Amino acid sequence: MRRAIRRSWLGVVAIVVTFVIFVIPFIFIIVTAVKGPQEASLLEFTWPSEIRLWDNVVEVIQARDYMLLTAFINSTLLTVASVAGMVILGAMAAWVAERRQGRWGRVIDFVVLSGLIIPPAVVPTIWVMQELGIFKTLHGLILIEIAFGLSFAVLLFRAFISTVPRELDEAALLDGAGPIRLFFQVVFPLLRPVIVTVIVVQSVAVFNDFTNPLYFLPGDANATVQLTLFNFQSQFKTEWNLLFMNILLITIPPLVMFILFNRQIVAGMTGALKG
Amino acid sequence: MATARIRANTPAASRRSHSARRRVHSAYPYWFFIAPALIYAVLFLVPTFASFYFSLTRWTLFTSTFIGFANFVQFFREPNLVQGLVNTFVYAAVTSGLKVVIGMALGVLLTSRIIARGWLRSVVFFPVLVSTIGVGITFSVLMHPTEGLINQVLALVGIQGPYWLTDPTLALISVALVDVWKGVGLATVIYVAGIVSIPQEYFEASRVDGAGPWTTFVNIILPLARPATVTVIILSLIGGLRSFDLIWAMTRGGPGFTSDVIASVIYKQYQAGFYGLSTAGNVILFLLVTAIILPLTWVLNRKVTH
Amino acid sequence: MLVHKARRAMVVAAAGAGILGLALAGCTPAAESGPVEITFLVDNGDPTVQRSEALVDAFNAENPDITVTVETRPQGADGDNVVKTRLATGDMSDVFWYNAGSLFQALSPEQTLVPLDDTIVGNVVDSFKAGVTAGGNVYGVPVGTAMGGGVLYNIPIYEELGLSVPKTWDEFIANSEAIQEAGKTAIIQTYADTWTSQLFVLGDFANVLADNPEWADRYTANEVKYATDDSARAGFEHLQEVFEKGLLNADFGSATFDDGVRMVATGEGAHYPMLTFAVTTLEANYPDQLNDVGFFALPGNDAGTNPLTTWLSAGAYIPVTTEGAKLEAAKKFLAFIASVDGCDALTDAVGAGGPYFVEGCTLPNDVPRVVSDLLPYFQVEGGAYPALEFLSPIKGPGLEQITVAVGSGITSAADGAAQYDVDVEKQAQQLGLEGW
Repeated sequence: MRRAIRRSWLGVVAIVVTFVIFVIPFIFIIVTAVKGPQEASLLEFTWPSEIRLWDNVVEVIQARDYMLLTAFINSTLLTVASVAGMVILGAMAAWVAERRQGRWGRVIDFVVLSGLIIPPAVVPTIWVMQELGIFKTLHGLILIEIAFGLSFAVLLFRAFISTVPRELDEAALLDGAGPIRLFFQVVFPLLRPVIVTVIVVQSVAVFNDFTNPLYFLPGDANATVQLTLFNFQSQFKTEWNLLFMNILLITIPPLVMFILFNRQIVAGMTGALKG
Repeated sequence: MATARIRANTPAASRRSHSARRRVHSAYPYWFFIAPALIYAVLFLVPTFASFYFSLTRWTLFTSTFIGFANFVQFFREPNLVQGLVNTFVYAAVTSGLKVVIGMALGVLLTSRIIARGWLRSVVFFPVLVSTIGVGITFSVLMHPTEGLINQVLALVGIQGPYWLTDPTLALISVALVDVWKGVGLATVIYVAGIVSIPQEYFEASRVDGAGPWTTFVNIILPLARPATVTVIILSLIGGLRSFDLIWAMTRGGPGFTSDVIASVIYKQYQAGFYGLSTAGNVILFLLVTAIILPLTWVLNRKVTH
Repeated sequence: MLVHKARRAMVVAAAGAGILGLALAGCTPAAESGPVEITFLVDNGDPTVQRSEALVDAFNAENPDITVTVETRPQGADGDNVVKTRLATGDMSDVFWYNAGSLFQALSPEQTLVPLDDTIVGNVVDSFKAGVTAGGNVYGVPVGTAMGGGVLYNIPIYEELGLSVPKTWDEFIANSEAIQEAGKTAIIQTYADTWTSQLFVLGDFANVLADNPEWADRYTANEVKYATDDSARAGFEHLQEVFEKGLLNADFGSATFDDGVRMVATGEGAHYPMLTFAVTTLEANYPDQLNDVGFFALPGNDAGTNPLTTWLSAGAYIPVTTEGAKLEAAKKFLAFIASVDGCDALTDAVGAGGPYFVEGCTLPNDVPRVVSDLLPYFQVEGGAYPALEFLSPIKGPGLEQITVAVGSGITSAADGAAQYDVDVEKQAQQLGLEGW
């Protein structure tokens, strides 16, 4: 009995502490985002005297010729295309790497590990992209995100594929399936759980990516949401309400992901540990 | 990331049936590798190898002049660049240390029979998914020396809060604290997964022995959650050594050069058009990360198997 | 030295330049058929956007067959990078706005820009041309007015304490200490915007040049250094001194440029070392205090000379990738910018922050106090010298961090000066200069 009381007491303390540390910053973002410019510039943690939710949304979207809208479109394209690439290419590579043995196995292990650890070499990458004519283009950045995210995808896929029984392949082959049909019609559907994990984890990563667009996609025309936010910081120095509205708007997609896929995200980031 | 790599390293992952290998080989064609290998090689491996050459040059993207190790000499001669190197260590050590300690504490808390576990886990984890730039901007406002919420609250209880981001001795640590705020949720869920996977018998045996919570923690959780600790350390070291976004959004390496790290030095040299020097910074970062992570992984993982 | 020639020429050339402007506006290239659209890349700072839109609106109204649209990029080092990479990759807008002087030189203008002939730059004064010339060709036209780098001061505080404008550094410190004793902030620094920290060093350059007229050339030739030259190092020492004497506002580390303008306008602080272009912000945010703020040059050791360090306006340039009808349209736009009509369009939109670099351009009679304090420096021989960045291609990228470090007491003046010399060495080597 005493123990139970102590536990709930501890729980209350934990709730209060985490609320102060982790939730108040988000409440601060929200209240500042809906204030008027004068009130927001005081940077105080107070309830807004008037709530200008819609006005501020419209104003921040219209700012600089609908820059934020362009950025959302670009970020969406970037995220969808690069994550699709990582899923398909990563699954294909992991499939063959896992099923085939031999000397290539260790090489691939090594290469995949390098991709996880090595920081990309910035200027040489720009140089290569420029030679290929894909520097400063959205499709160039998509390829970059695929290249940098592939290792992680391959790793998750391999871990999962090793649990898929080989008998399944053999049955399909006996039915006369070729490699493409085997992979895309038989195996790919089986990978659904890990595919969801890869999609969720990597789309959050790509959507929030700042460094790669900063280096490989300079200029306003192709801005992504993170770049626009960064630039708004110097631009909206006196309009904190709009700056925080911008933060609020770009927090919504990860929030939706979190609500829908909470379990897969956690599983994806920790999952293989249990194996 | 590293969670999965540990998995891939275990012998179980590479233990396979070798029967009927030849017959089904054609079912796993090598050409499946072509597209991913091409993208990966051209955009990741080629630049990585090229960086070793270009770090030895003075480079304008169009022409490069070979200058030997002059860039590296420059790097270690300029006190501000050396400080960036030192700061990188400090930042990585502080963030991964705190993530281990706080993450483990929260992990234990969240696996105990406490109320509102789901809420606590969600609240702690959500910042992991939020834009780093957004977090950086928000906290640079909250940490404003006079108008920021943090110091205003401290003032209410009679404490004169520090100049978090503008005090040269504190700026780097302040950013590191925000990094911990944002990243500790991941450490926590890794610990939760690690602690949950400890077989219940251990806890029962411990209870039978009449051990208190502290003894249980020291004797059971600490040693058996070691894989989680290894993962958290390696993960946050990789992140901490390469860290750029948060520092750039909050201090841009300032005041002066006091919160510069290698990644921000690389960016500044790139901005200034010193492409060779920037690439030398990249090579240094590469060597540093490899020199720390590889042996560490080996040591930590080897002890696990004992 | 910088613009007095412009002012002398004003009276003489006003009529002639007007006619030339008209002639230029009238000569539509014959080859052109149909409407042409060109883009104009500018930085996204409010003053720049207002100015460029004023120019574009006036030009578009006058040239119905040409449409110029404004495109924006970030400011500061991020923006420099955008300009450099877009030029390097052949992807620049048809016309762009960029600094004159060392930043212009870093663009490799001979490879990347279109040289301009006298039909376009005929009216531009020589001092500006010098800042946009490479290999004997002129590449840019001035957008806006000359600026001074010195000290904005709060006049009511000066009147209340009975102070007079200082002519030497010692007088400046004495004034500052008097202000401090009166319980007010003597000197405003705003290191949240790191670039503002450079004024004590960059704005002191006229004093360096007054001591040693050859300094800039010798600097480019690697014969003099900040760390070892007493008069050059003075700027760093001043920065250290004001910090050590506690003359700064308490929040110097987190204050922004906007805060600085507010403080000097409202009398929260007395001195704000700044460029005179701050008058635009002052006018926009504190119109009632506009004439409470005056301006003087950063004082050196010699009360007799007390010259002002001046900045060239930014320039407008055409990249080599602009061709055909667009090139003709771009040239026409530049000719308009470098005409009296161009100056007038700017004056109408944002007021004039100082003398123009185009012959024949005049200032309105009722300029703000800062501008009227600025003009006399241009009218005496030896009263104004260009900043170092317009006389030498070398400007180290790390100066603003170094001056923040010195101004916050992190680094000593001597170390800061030495660090800057190293920083500059990288730049000189990258540019491939002789003697480095």
